[in-house]
Amino acid sequence: MYLHRELETMQRGEIAKLQLERLQKTVRHCMNSPFYRKRFEECNLTPDDIKSLDDLKKIPFTTKQDLRDTYPFGIASVPLEKAVRLHSSSGTTGNPTVIIHTQKDLDEWANAVARCLHMVGLRPGDVFQNSSGYGMFTGGLGFQYGAERLGMMTVPAAAGNTKRQLKFITDFGTTALHAIPSYVTRIYEMMQEMGIDPRKDTKLKTLIIGAEPHSEEQRRRIEEMMGVKAYNSFGMSEMCGPGVAFECQEQNGLHIWEDYYIVEIIDPDTLQPVPEGEVGELVLTTINREGMPLLRYRTRDLTRILPGECPCGRHHVRLDRMKGRSDDMIILKGVNIFPIQIETILMQFKELASNYLITLETKDTNDEMMIEVELEHFDEDYGKMQKLTREITRLLKDEILVTPYVKLVPKGSLPQSEGKAVRVKDLRKPF
Amino acid sequence: MTVQQISIFVENKQGTLLKVLELLKEANIQLVASTIADTVEYGIYRIICSEPQRAFATLKGAGISVAISDVFALTLDNVPGRAADAVRILTQEGIGITYMYSFLYEGKGILIFRTDNPDKTRSVIENNNLSYITDEDLTK
Repeated sequence: MYLHRELETMQRGEIAKLQLERLQKTVRHCMNSPFYRKRFEECNLTPDDIKSLDDLKKIPFTTKQDLRDTYPFGIASVPLEKAVRLHSSSGTTGNPTVIIHTQKDLDEWANAVARCLHMVGLRPGDVFQNSSGYGMFTGGLGFQYGAERLGMMTVPAAAGNTKRQLKFITDFGTTALHAIPSYVTRIYEMMQEMGIDPRKDTKLKTLIIGAEPHSEEQRRRIEEMMGVKAYNSFGMSEMCGPGVAFECQEQNGLHIWEDYYIVEIIDPDTLQPVPEGEVGELVLTTINREGMPLLRYRTRDLTRILPGECPCGRHHVRLDRMKGRSDDMIILKGVNIFPIQIETILMQFKELASNYLITLETKDTNDEMMIEVELEHFDEDYGKMQKLTREITRLLKDEILVTPYVKLVPKGSLPQSEGKAVRVKDLRKPF
Repeated sequence: MTVQQISIFVENKQGTLLKVLELLKEANIQLVASTIADTVEYGIYRIICSEPQRAFATLKGAGISVAISDVFALTLDNVPGRAADAVRILTQEGIGITYMYSFLYEGKGILIFRTDNPDKTRSVIENNNLSYITDEDLTK
C-alpha cells in the first residue's frame, strides 16, 4: 500500500522532528549559496538561529524575482560541477527561472514522483504514457524518471499528435496516462472520431491530470467519459516539477510530501500566516534538495490546508485544489503566461494602440486565448492588416508557447477601464 | 481619374454599420456606393459619397477608425464585356488589383479599384484612353 512506508506513514510528531533536522541541514548548506549567505548577513541571521521549526519565520521569503535577479546560478548552493541537470521555466518576462539539480536531487525527485504514482495504485507491470512536453518542461522528464523508478514501462509520447497518442494507448496497452485535463478531452474526441471506446478498446484505468487549474466537476467528467480514475497532480518547476503534492486514492485533497517541503500558507498582503484551514498563498521550503534549495519560496498559488485526517493513513497535510494565483499569472494548457509578456510583444508594433484585452475561453472543450488589440492607425489596407495579425501571432507564439487568436479591433472599441486596467478575462468553464 | 473613398474599420458586431450610417445621415451626406465583404473578424466598409472630406471629418470626430484615400474610377459603357476589357488591359500590364467594386452612375458603369502600382496604373489608363470620372463628377 505504501512505497516508502516509514516516510509516508510518519506521525505528525515524527514529521516535525525530521523537518527540523532537514531544515537545519538545509539552512547550513545554503550558506554555500552567494544569494542566501548575503541575505542571512543582511538580516543578522546565522544557521544557528534556527533552533525550532518556528524559527523558519526569521528567514525572509524567496520570490520568483529573486530567481530572476540571480539568473542563472546565483542561488545555487553547490558548485556547478556538482550539477547534472538544469531546468528552466516556460516563458517568463525577462530572465527565466533556472533550477539546477545534483544527481541526488534527481534521485529524490524520481522517488517523490514514484511515491505519488504508487499512491494512486500504479505498480510495476503498468504501462505509463506521458503526454507532457519534454525538454525544459519538467512534466516530461519528471514523470519519466518517476515512472521508471517505480518500475513501469514508460512511454515518452511527449506532447501533441493525438492520433499517435491513441495508437500508443491501444497498441502498447497503456494503463496509465499523464495529460493536462483539457488534452484528455481532445483525446476523447479523437477516440470518438476513430470509433474507439476507451472502456472496451483500451486498458486505461488511471489518469494523472494536473498542470492546469480544473474543478472537481471536470475530474468527474473525465473519469466518466474515459472510464478511469483521475488523480490531481501538483508541482512547479521551482520545486523540481511534478511530485510535490498528489492525491491519494481517497481523492480528497493533495498530500504534500512534508519530508521534502515545509508548508506555510500566508496572507499575500500581510505576509502573516493565515488562520488554520483558510485560503492563502502557498509558501514552500525545500528540505530535501542540495543543488538549489529554496527557503520560504512564495509560489503565488492560492490554496488552503484541508482539516482532518485522511483515511489513507498518511499524515502529510493535504492541500485543497489550487484556487488561483496571488499574481496575474495565467496558466493555459499547462504553460505559465504573464500578461506583461503579451503586452511587451504588442507594444513592439507601432501600428497598435496601447489598449488590449486577453480573453481565455473554452471552445469545443479546448481552452483558447483570444487577444483583442486596438489598431492605432487604420489605412484601409486589408492585406496589411492580415499580415500584421499573422506577425503578431507568430511573435506571441514564440514568447508564450501557445498560439493565441489575435484580433485587431478599431481604436476606442475596447472597454476603457477606470483605474487598474482589466487586461484578462477568464471565461473558461470547466465543462 | 481617381475619386476619394472613405474606408471604415468595423468590428463584426451588431450596430456598427448603423452607427456609421446614422452619423453620415445626420451630416446630410449622400452615399453614392458602398461595399463591405463578409469576414470573420473585422470588415472594411468602403464608401463613395458626396463631400468625402466632410464625411471623413465627421466620422473621425466621432471616434471612428476611418481612412480616406484615392481610388481609381473608370467609366464603362453599360454593355456586356466592358469590365473585362478594362481589367484585361491592366492585367496585361502586370498590374494587380487589390479590390474592386462597381455601380451605375448616370447610366454609366463605374468601376472602382485599387492596385498594387498606382503610378503605372495612371499611365496605363492615360495611354489606353480609358475614360474615368473624378471627384468633381460626383459632387456636381
